[in-house]
Amino acid sequence: MMTSRLLQGLFKHIDAFLMSCLLFTMLVGLFVLYSASGQNMERASAQLINIAVALVMMWLAANIQPHHLERIAVPAYVLGVALLIGVALFGHISHGAQRWLNFGVIKIQPSEIMRIAVPMMLAWFFAKRETSLRVTDFAIAALILFIPVALIAKQPDLGTALLISASGFFVIFLAGLSWRFLIGSAVITGALMPIFWSMLHDYQRRRIEILIDPTQDPLGAGYHTIQASIALGSGGITGKGWLNGTQSQLDFLPERTTDFIFAVFGEEFGMVGSLILLVLFSLIIARGLVIATQAKSTFTRLLAGSITLTFFTYAFVNMGMVSGILPVVGVPLPLISYGGTSMVTLLLSFGILMSIQTHKKLVATA
Amino acid sequence: MNSSRELRNHQNEQHNFKLRLSILGLLVLIAFSLLAIRFYYLQINRYDHYQTLAENNRIAIVPITPNRGLIMDRNGVVLAHNFVVYTIEVTPSKIKDLDSTIAEISQLVEVSPSDLKRFKKQETESHSFESVPLRTHLNEVEAAKFAVNRYRFPGVELKSRLFRHYPLGKQGAHMVGYIGRINDKDLTKLAETDALSNYKGSDHIGKSGIEQSYEAQLHGTTGFQQVEINADGKAVRVLSSMAPTSGSNLILSADSKLQEIAETAFGERRGALVAIKPSTGETLAFVSMPTFDSNLFVDGIDVENWMLLNDSLDRPLINRPLRGIYPPGSTFKPFAALAGLENGKRKPPFSISDAGYFTLPNSRHRYRDWKPGGHGNVDMRRAITVSCDTFFYGLAMELGIERLAGFVRHFGFGQKSGIDIAGEVGGLMPTPEWKKRRFKQPWYMGETVIVGIGQGYTLVTPMQLAQATAILANKGVAMRPRLVSAIVDAKTGVAKTTPAIVSDKISLGDNNLEIVKLGMIDVTLPGGTAASVGANAGYSIAAKTGTAQVIGIKQNEKYNADLIDARHRDHALFIAYAPAEDPKIALAVIVENGGHGGSAAGPIARKVMDYYLLGKLPAVELAQTPETEATPTRLATNAPEEEHDD
Repeated sequence: MMTSRLLQGLFKHIDAFLMSCLLFTMLVGLFVLYSASGQNMERASAQLINIAVALVMMWLAANIQPHHLERIAVPAYVLGVALLIGVALFGHISHGAQRWLNFGVIKIQPSEIMRIAVPMMLAWFFAKRETSLRVTDFAIAALILFIPVALIAKQPDLGTALLISASGFFVIFLAGLSWRFLIGSAVITGALMPIFWSMLHDYQRRRIEILIDPTQDPLGAGYHTIQASIALGSGGITGKGWLNGTQSQLDFLPERTTDFIFAVFGEEFGMVGSLILLVLFSLIIARGLVIATQAKSTFTRLLAGSITLTFFTYAFVNMGMVSGILPVVGVPLPLISYGGTSMVTLLLSFGILMSIQTHKKLVATA
Repeated sequence: MNSSRELRNHQNEQHNFKLRLSILGLLVLIAFSLLAIRFYYLQINRYDHYQTLAENNRIAIVPITPNRGLIMDRNGVVLAHNFVVYTIEVTPSKIKDLDSTIAEISQLVEVSPSDLKRFKKQETESHSFESVPLRTHLNEVEAAKFAVNRYRFPGVELKSRLFRHYPLGKQGAHMVGYIGRINDKDLTKLAETDALSNYKGSDHIGKSGIEQSYEAQLHGTTGFQQVEINADGKAVRVLSSMAPTSGSNLILSADSKLQEIAETAFGERRGALVAIKPSTGETLAFVSMPTFDSNLFVDGIDVENWMLLNDSLDRPLINRPLRGIYPPGSTFKPFAALAGLENGKRKPPFSISDAGYFTLPNSRHRYRDWKPGGHGNVDMRRAITVSCDTFFYGLAMELGIERLAGFVRHFGFGQKSGIDIAGEVGGLMPTPEWKKRRFKQPWYMGETVIVGIGQGYTLVTPMQLAQATAILANKGVAMRPRLVSAIVDAKTGVAKTTPAIVSDKISLGDNNLEIVKLGMIDVTLPGGTAASVGANAGYSIAAKTGTAQVIGIKQNEKYNADLIDARHRDHALFIAYAPAEDPKIALAVIVENGGHGGSAAGPIARKVMDYYLLGKLPAVELAQTPETEATPTRLATNAPEEEHDD
């Protein structure tokens, strides 16, 4: 009796449906990772620890009331930007990009903080407007988004910059960015494209062409895409079975525990597995959208919408890249790819979603 | 708050939000459907295709290395080309007992100790899965002999490879440069420029000179073949291929005959020569002596040769035109003269009466002329001709260091010439601001005085000095110097000429230019400091000699060339352009420890100009005509940099 009440209290702010979907997907991810890493138990247990840490962070986030979140939006954003400037000035360079800040004990990747801080900041900004929104409000919002994105793109980490832009755009769009402006800027961008293209050097054009169609550069960027297509395609309907993917096991696939892990999954579990994964992602997204529609304040509404759709963007960009319909940008597959920082950030954002859902009544009366 | 702004309508907003969220939800649905369709296409429609590729065979992508572009001189003489050689290459990771394998191979074909040494060196430098050449340049008999026995040596392969060869060997080695095996540093650099995939099949990359600076043009684009490989890793079928594109050929503005004449004229002496066509910036000769054989570096230099080159006191590996820094000495005077004329400080008929020394106001320190007792009555033109130090001491003082340095910057002093090969250093044109930054000390007037005669902190490279002379010859218009005059596309054969670029321009009075020119012409006429250089030339030469000191001479000590160790003798400098009326060539020569500019460096310049202007080949060395002021003697003051003679 006591223990059950304690458990109830412990999980009061955990959304059961969302939690089940997340846990199941992560479990699948662990199995794929074990296979992709060449049956490396160490890799799998390291990821298990990542998940455990991330779950704790999620629980903490779920127990914070949304109006507290609203209060830390500005400091988190300012801190994030300061850290990004710190990275630009004294950052640690690894693999040709400057992304880390080394504080001796821990290394911090400030762009990860911004994945949550940017949508929070923007949601806070729109929630604070007391009058109906005007063009200048959207201009300020665009600036709030632009500063961290530009700093991250400069590192250079184009994948993250792109996705943070997306998360910010979702907030701005959901806040009511006028259709006329949206369509207008789309038309103008379209019209400027040929002019922009004609201004580029041959080698710059070539680089963009390769980004769009990597098969043109089979020794470089295209190698990933070609090998990933072979892995996916040879999986067939039901796949070759767990631990039996020849492409994955024989070192043909690059980065197969991180960005290209979906190719391993597709080879070993086939079309059926791929569709199940799509369904799992869809359920998570659907739940997120429901939480967003039920949210009671502008801040929570916008934040929930952005978090959900950013998750969708990650999943879509990664699977699109691996299956060859999108350019290769370094984006991991959420909940599946190996990596501690991204797992923590991701589950933290889901914790916020749960907090928004489970603290509704409080907010409504506040 | 603006009264026209309404308060927010929350209900309306919530409605709007839901509408927009539904639109995005629809987008999610469409995007995921697209993915599902793509999965269907890959995993069901094209299943057989990918299944074949994955299961029965595996595909491999084999790079096809492009031919490296050729380098030719302005007359089409080949300076760098490629030829096919057979090599025996060993992949250490595939071999159990490396030493016994090598021993067995050496019973078939000769493997010399130096081959072995080079192999060991490269083996330690490369990854074990990379193949390393054991023996190169096999003749056909050797190649056949090994091919028959190839089955006995798994992990050892007979490869035909394109080799880079420099037919002229030592000539112009610093200009053409060389290629060498790609190392980790090159790989990092390639990765940074996104060029790594283009080097998948390449073993070599430009390491110095034109080979390095024009790497992008010379290398070409790597082609590839998509092949099926069987379980043994052997290619069984070509699926698709894309031919490589050869690198572009480069046509240099340099003339290899001119280069040869200049290098021969140096003989055993050390130094540098740069010749430029003033009107275009085309570099005609680029000499750094002593030189080395570029071919030694192509497949990795062996230890002995490397030590020989690297440890030599003559430092043959230094690119002297670009990286050798010397005080300009009296060759600086024409530029200081022009500064004085242009600033109105020395308007003709200004002249001084030279008693053989100069003193600053309120100072007893004597800055001495190289000629004890002085030159008597000296105007600007004569000051250049006889290289009168006293005249330029006073001129520099009146101009002041800032104005002087500011003016000569337009002639490239203290900055890189911008020539199209890498590694150039900028020399030094001192200013009070520089001195404060560098030494945290104020500037002294005495330092200005000696800058006037090209001493003190001033340092130039031979390249800068040649460029300064070219700018003077071209009446103040600086053309950016370049070695490559055209890039020829290997596929289309279309030659793209590299454009002549005006890098700086200073407007100069015709009268002033004329005075300096006449003074410089007189240098090569009887009575000038390089009279023998102008003798019987058949064209007029505007020139200036110079001497740069290597070690300081103590007070009351005479400079006696015979008593001083050869390496401590003065450097000889010489600049010239000709024909003086319509300059076709401008050059700078430096002979290290050569002594006097007129006698040591001048004759080299004359031979180069004779060939370029008249097509005259140098005769066998005639008996050297004695110079008008042959033995430089000098009195010294206590500050060594104030020393000077000419």
